[in-house]
Amino acid sequence: MAEDKLDPPPFFENVNINNGDKEEDLFVSARQGPVENSTHHVTNGDSNDADISHLKMSESKAELETIPISHEPDSLEAAELEGRDEFLEISIGDTQKVGEGMGAYVAYRVTTRTNMPIFKRTNFTVTRRFSDFLGLHDKLTEKYLKVGRIIPPAPEKSVIGMTKIKMGSSTEGNQNNGSDFVERRKASLERYLRRTAQHPVLIMDPDFREFLEYDIELPKATSTSALSSAGVMRLFNKVGETVNKITYKMDESDPWFEEKLAHIEALETQLRKLHTNVEAMVTYRKELAALTNGVSRSAALLSACEDHNSLSRALAQLADTEEKVESLHLEQANTDFYILCELLKDYLGLLGAVRDAFHERTKLFQHWQHSEQMLAKKREAKAKFELQNRTDKLDQANVEVIEWESKVERGQESFEKISQMIKKEMERFEKCRIQDFKVMFIKYLENHLEHQAQLVKYWEAFLPEAKAIA
Amino acid sequence: MADEAKTVPLTDNTLVVDISDALSEKDKVKFTVHTRTTMKVFQKSEFLVVRQHEEFIWLHDRYEEEPKYAGYIIPPPPPRPNFDASREKLQRLGEGEGTMTKEEFTKMKQELEAEYLATFKKTVAMHEVFLTRLASHSIFREDSHLQVFLEYDQDLCARPKGKLQQLGGLVKSLGNTTDQYYLNATVRDVNDFFEQQMNSLTEYHSQLKEATTRADRMTEKHKELADSYIKISSGLLQLANSDNGHLDKFLARVADTYEKARKVESRVASDQDLKLADTLRYYMRDSQAAKALLVRRLKCLATYENANRTLEKARHKNKDIHAAPEVQEAEMAQSVACEQFEAISAQAKEELLDFKTRRLHAFRKSLIELAELEIKHARTQQDLLKKSIQGLKELL
Repeated sequence: MAEDKLDPPPFFENVNINNGDKEEDLFVSARQGPVENSTHHVTNGDSNDADISHLKMSESKAELETIPISHEPDSLEAAELEGRDEFLEISIGDTQKVGEGMGAYVAYRVTTRTNMPIFKRTNFTVTRRFSDFLGLHDKLTEKYLKVGRIIPPAPEKSVIGMTKIKMGSSTEGNQNNGSDFVERRKASLERYLRRTAQHPVLIMDPDFREFLEYDIELPKATSTSALSSAGVMRLFNKVGETVNKITYKMDESDPWFEEKLAHIEALETQLRKLHTNVEAMVTYRKELAALTNGVSRSAALLSACEDHNSLSRALAQLADTEEKVESLHLEQANTDFYILCELLKDYLGLLGAVRDAFHERTKLFQHWQHSEQMLAKKREAKAKFELQNRTDKLDQANVEVIEWESKVERGQESFEKISQMIKKEMERFEKCRIQDFKVMFIKYLENHLEHQAQLVKYWEAFLPEAKAIA
Repeated sequence: MADEAKTVPLTDNTLVVDISDALSEKDKVKFTVHTRTTMKVFQKSEFLVVRQHEEFIWLHDRYEEEPKYAGYIIPPPPPRPNFDASREKLQRLGEGEGTMTKEEFTKMKQELEAEYLATFKKTVAMHEVFLTRLASHSIFREDSHLQVFLEYDQDLCARPKGKLQQLGGLVKSLGNTTDQYYLNATVRDVNDFFEQQMNSLTEYHSQLKEATTRADRMTEKHKELADSYIKISSGLLQLANSDNGHLDKFLARVADTYEKARKVESRVASDQDLKLADTLRYYMRDSQAAKALLVRRLKCLATYENANRTLEKARHKNKDIHAAPEVQEAEMAQSVACEQFEAISAQAKEELLDFKTRRLHAFRKSLIELAELEIKHARTQQDLLKKSIQGLKELL
């Protein structure tokens, strides 16, 4: 088990020659230490099997990719998962820190339970690391964003949190060192996978299924590393896109989009504000827990120097009660954070994904408009040639006009297609959002209720102690 | 205030004092002290005077100075009215006005006003407790200074307390603590009981002080937490308003739950303050007063030992003279000091016992009330959440 989680066997790197592994950042090379693991892998029959199946997978994937995704049958989407008796549950179990120093990473055990026939088994577990999740997100984005799908965003990278993990030695048993960070990340990775699986098309994606199902190391996603050259390129692209987003204003012909965009912007503003305030509440509650602990300790000290027996006992009980109240505050702070705060944060990210889809549409519009302009130019040129009776150039011009006419047609077509797709996606998104909010708020209040019930119990247990003072 | 002071049954109306009104003017608070009495020394049976905090301190100091009360625990003086914290918060709120909606601002302001009012009421209550403890004490109520304080319809000369006098007060309190250390170091106590009492009271007092600070910080934070619900509630409401018809009712209901929960949490904070922090605070000051009594006793012991030494010396010097006046004088002084010391020791023993019962009663009452209120508030919140969840489920 433990060995499985360790570093990639070398043969894998060999398969992916074109992946540009050679220019990996230097941190990885420092990590390539444990050779005995790789030998273990090679001699292990199972992993060879897995390797073959993986190769098959990528073949079929290649086939799939040649088919334009926008052409896939609509029936896939029409039948939402809930509509059928199919289910798919994803959970992340244990985490384990692998390696030491700068090359260390955290391995997450992703377990899936399902009855969907598209999966070979009903219950399977794989080991993945954070960059795998990012890689998955990148693959899905690359495939589906351009057709206007809303891709659930992967959790953000955190250099600080990760550095804590890398620095913290696991052998010291220093549990506190970043374990909070890993817990949070684990929860958000789980939510990420569940959101992705909720999507009727994304769940069918071969890359996604491979991620869930094949317990072998995935090829390292180089482009996700912040320090790699691909990462830098991505940064440049992003900057370019942002500039484009700011500067380009398309004349909206569809009031639906105008309205939606305004709605999303309003939602984003309100969510951001609310998120900040909920974060503040979490902080206050944690501080309150720490201060309650102070009161508990003081009550214990008072109890120690109180020379009257029953009062001393009552004070000791008070210390005990306050300590329980402290842990209740902490639990409530966790409820505040994991249910409420993270929900809001996830939706801020999701709204970003919605904006990305909207932006894809804008890009296609730009593209289409550009073709229109070119066509107009070409037609003008053609008319000029006709006037001048330059038959030698006319043929060429004719060809160009036809070429641009078809480009305009295609441009318009893909623009209309993406508009349609976004509308459909938005409908689903809104449905999910409403459902999510309702379910989460009720869950939140139910948790809160439980804590209050516990509080009643604690103080009820204390009351006779206070009455016993005599 | 939690105080079932001295031995006076409820039906006793020899001297009944309360503060019927209080007025805050800038940084001064004017207390209207209302007295009803059957004591003959007063001209009328019921009367009102207006007093300020400094006059209460003046009265307290008269008791502490009076040798005949040396064996008693003098009720601790009320703390100086202090509204700086409230003012500072109000100012900070004013500065942050731009960052919140009008509604949020109004609510925050209301909270601060309520807090100010609570502090004010508490200040009045502390002053009242000081007087009622004196008035219900069979020895203290006979004091002429108290009678002047209650009856004399003019300012007492105690006011205004200049900076110099405040400095004097500081020096005095510094003197008291150094007294304690000096005496502890130099005087060997003849009585184990008192030595042990001094040690445990010192320890107890410092623990109470620490506990008070911690309880204060806890309740303060709890209040802050409750106030943070304001912004969440209004944020949810705004979110509801920007959601066209899908979640608006749902979110508005959640916002309402937060608003109601805020009020409960706020009550939890103020009740913890009232029942826990204030009880600790009062007994921190009362234990200080008890300690002061023990210091007075030690001083007395020092005087007695000095008298002994003087007598020894006089006897030694005059060993050949029969009935030398110097020796007689020293013998007199020695026996007076001895008597005084015996008296103060006996009285102090009783007072310490009394302090213990008083403390026991007060803690019992406060802790029971604290537990009952905690239960009540948690139940209220439980009901509130239950109803909200039910209501929300209907909207599913």
